[in-house]
Amino acid sequence: MTLRADNPAKVAGIALAIAVAAFLVVKAGQDGRQFAVVTLNGLTLAALYFVVASGFTLIFGLMRVVNMAHGSLYLLGGYIALEVQTRFFEDDSGLGLSLSGASDTEYGLLGWVVPLLVATLLIGVIGVVLQQVFLRWNQGQDLRQALITIALSVILADQMLAAFGGISKDIATPSAWPTSVSLPGEVRFGFFRGVIVLGSALAIGLGLWLIIKRTRFGKIVRAGVDDRDMVAALGINVNLIFVGAFFLGALLAGFGGVLGGTMISLAPGQDTAFLLNSLIVVIIGGMGSLGGAAIGALALGLVDAYADVYLVFGGADLTNYSIIVTFALLVGVLAVRPLGLFGRPA
Amino acid sequence: MNPTVSTRRIAWPALAAAVALAAIAPLFVSDFFLNVILTKALWLGIAAASLIFLAAYGGMVSLAQVGIYGVAGMAYANLVLADGGAAAAWNPYVALVAALVIATVAGLGFGWIASRSEGIYFLMITLAFSVLVFYFFSQVTGLSGFGGVNSVELPGLLGSPEQDPVPRYFVTLAVAVLVFLGLGALSRTAFGLGLQGVRDEPARMRALGFNVTLLRTLAFGIAAFVAAVAGVLSVFYNGRITPGSINLAQTIDVLIIAVVGGLYRLEGAWIGALTYALIDNYSRKWVPEVGNVLGPARFNTLIGVLFLVIVLASPGGIVGIAEQLRAKLRRPRRHGKAGPAPAPVARTID
Repeated sequence: MTLRADNPAKVAGIALAIAVAAFLVVKAGQDGRQFAVVTLNGLTLAALYFVVASGFTLIFGLMRVVNMAHGSLYLLGGYIALEVQTRFFEDDSGLGLSLSGASDTEYGLLGWVVPLLVATLLIGVIGVVLQQVFLRWNQGQDLRQALITIALSVILADQMLAAFGGISKDIATPSAWPTSVSLPGEVRFGFFRGVIVLGSALAIGLGLWLIIKRTRFGKIVRAGVDDRDMVAALGINVNLIFVGAFFLGALLAGFGGVLGGTMISLAPGQDTAFLLNSLIVVIIGGMGSLGGAAIGALALGLVDAYADVYLVFGGADLTNYSIIVTFALLVGVLAVRPLGLFGRPA
Repeated sequence: MNPTVSTRRIAWPALAAAVALAAIAPLFVSDFFLNVILTKALWLGIAAASLIFLAAYGGMVSLAQVGIYGVAGMAYANLVLADGGAAAAWNPYVALVAALVIATVAGLGFGWIASRSEGIYFLMITLAFSVLVFYFFSQVTGLSGFGGVNSVELPGLLGSPEQDPVPRYFVTLAVAVLVFLGLGALSRTAFGLGLQGVRDEPARMRALGFNVTLLRTLAFGIAAFVAAVAGVLSVFYNGRITPGSINLAQTIDVLIIAVVGGLYRLEGAWIGALTYALIDNYSRKWVPEVGNVLGPARFNTLIGVLFLVIVLASPGGIVGIAEQLRAKLRRPRRHGKAGPAPAPVARTID
C-alpha cells in the first residue's frame, strides 16, 4: 500500500490510528493490570464475534446470500443448548427450590459439552433446511433472499420469545472448571472467557483455514467464490457444495450461540446484537473473506472493550458514547475502502 | 415489477377519489379508528414512501430510514418543552425545522458513505447505520431520558389531539399527499430520470458523464428528508419518543410495510401501511390461540408470516398482485387485435 498525499481520507485514517495507539500506550503505562484485563476482554469478545461472523461471511462469500437470520440462529443455538442442559443434565440432588436458580446446580463436563454438540449440529441442520426450503430456488436474487431471511428472523424472534420468555438466562459451565486463571503480573482473568472462548475461536479459525486451503471441499469453495458458474460447468455439484457451506455457516452461528450464552447471556435482543456485530465485522473486513472476518472481529472487539473503559477524560465520562466509536470505526474503514479491508468487487 | 423508466403520470382520478374519501372519513369513523388506523397509516406510509422512493427510482433498498426518522424525532423531542431529554423549550415550529435539517444532514452523511456501495452491500451498511442510531439513543440517556422523552409539546396547529384528533389527522393527510405528489413529480424531472438511469445502468451513466455517487447521495438526502418528516409526525402521533420505538423491529416493520404494499410503486407505501395498521389492531380479535405458537400475543409471528408469503409469492407486493389481476382481466378484450402485453418481469436490484 503506497501512501499518497492526494488521498486525504487515507492520510487522516492513518494519523487517527497512530493517535489512538499512542493514547493506548499512555493508558497502559498508567495502569498495566487494568490494560491487560481490558485487552483480554476485547480479545475474547473478538473471538466470539469471529466465530459468529465467520459463518456469516462463509455463506455470503460463496453464495452471495446475506443471511439476516444469522443472529436468530445464534440465539436459537444458545437456547437449544440451555434446554438440553436443564432438561437432561440437571442434577436431582438439590431441592430445586433455590431462588438463585441454576447457580446451585452442579454440572459435569458432559453437562456442557453434550448440549454444545447437540445445539451446534441441530442449528447446522436447521440452516440446511432453511436453505433448501426458502433459498435454493431463488439463488441469485440476493435482495429477495435477504428479505426472506428477514421475515424468518422476525418469526423466529417472536417464537423464541414465546418459548423461552423475556428473562435473561445463561448456560452453566461445568463445576470442575475454575472460575478464573492467574496470569503473570498478578492478572486474574475468567477461565471460560480466556481459555475456552479464545481457544475455540483459534481452533475454529485454524480449522476453517485448513478446510478452505487444504481440502477438496475448500478448493471448490474457493473456486466458487470466484466464479460459481464456471465451477458448475466443470461438472461439480454446486448445490451439494452450497448445502455444505450453509451447514457449516449455520453451525458456526449455533456454536457461537452456546459460547455467547455461557459467556454473556441469552435474552431477546441478542439476535439483533449479534446480527449487527456480524454485519460490522464483515463490512469492515470485507464480505466473503475469512481473514477479513478475523481482522474485523479483532477491530470491533478491541474497540468495544477500550471504548467502554477509556472514554473518561478528566471529569467527563463519555463511556455512554462508546457506540459512536464503533460507528466511527465502520465509517472510517468504509471511507477509505468502500468494500472493506479485504473486500473484492463481486 | 420494476418499471424500466417511470414517466408515468399520476392517476389523478384515483388520487382525487382516495383523498376525498380520506377527507370525509372523520365524519363516519370513530376517533379511535381515525387515530389508530388512519393517522398511523398515513405517517407510517410516509416513512415507507421514503424507502420505496429510493428502491423504485434509485435501486437502493435502504434500511436506514428508521434510523433517520429516529434522529428527526429525537431532535424535535429534545428541542421543545418535554418531560425527559434536553427539554430545550424552543418554539415548536423552529424545533420542527431544526429537526428536519439535522436529520437531513445526518442522512446526507449516511448517504455519502453508503452510496459508494451497491445492492446487498448497501442494504447491510444502511441496516448497520439504523441499528447504531438505536444503540446510540439507548445508551445516551441524556438525550433519550430513562423512559423515553414524554409529554412532548406539539405545534399549536394540531390543537390538543387527546380531545380532538381531527386537526392532527388533516395535517398528517396533507403532508402525506404533498410527499406523494412531490416524490412523483421529482421522478419525472431530469434528476429523477438520471437517477433511474443510475439504477439500471450505473456504468453507462458514469461513461455518459453523470456523477453517479452524487446522484445517489442526493437521492438519499431527499429520502432522508421524507423520513425525517415521518419521524416528526410519529412524535406528533405518539406525543413521545423512546429508543424502543426506533429499534430493529421498527426498521423491519417499515421494510415490511414497503414490501407488502409494493416496493416499486409509491402508492404501495400507504396501501402497505393501512394493511399493517389494520392487521396490527384487529388480528388480536380473530387470530386463534394455538398453544404458545400463535395467538393474540404473537402479532410479530403473524406479520412475519404475511411478509414471508408476500416475498415468496409476489415481489411487487399488494400493488403488484393488483396489477397482475388487472392484466389478466384485460387480456381477453385485447384478443385478436394484438398479442398480450408482455408480462412485467420480476427482477431484483443488483
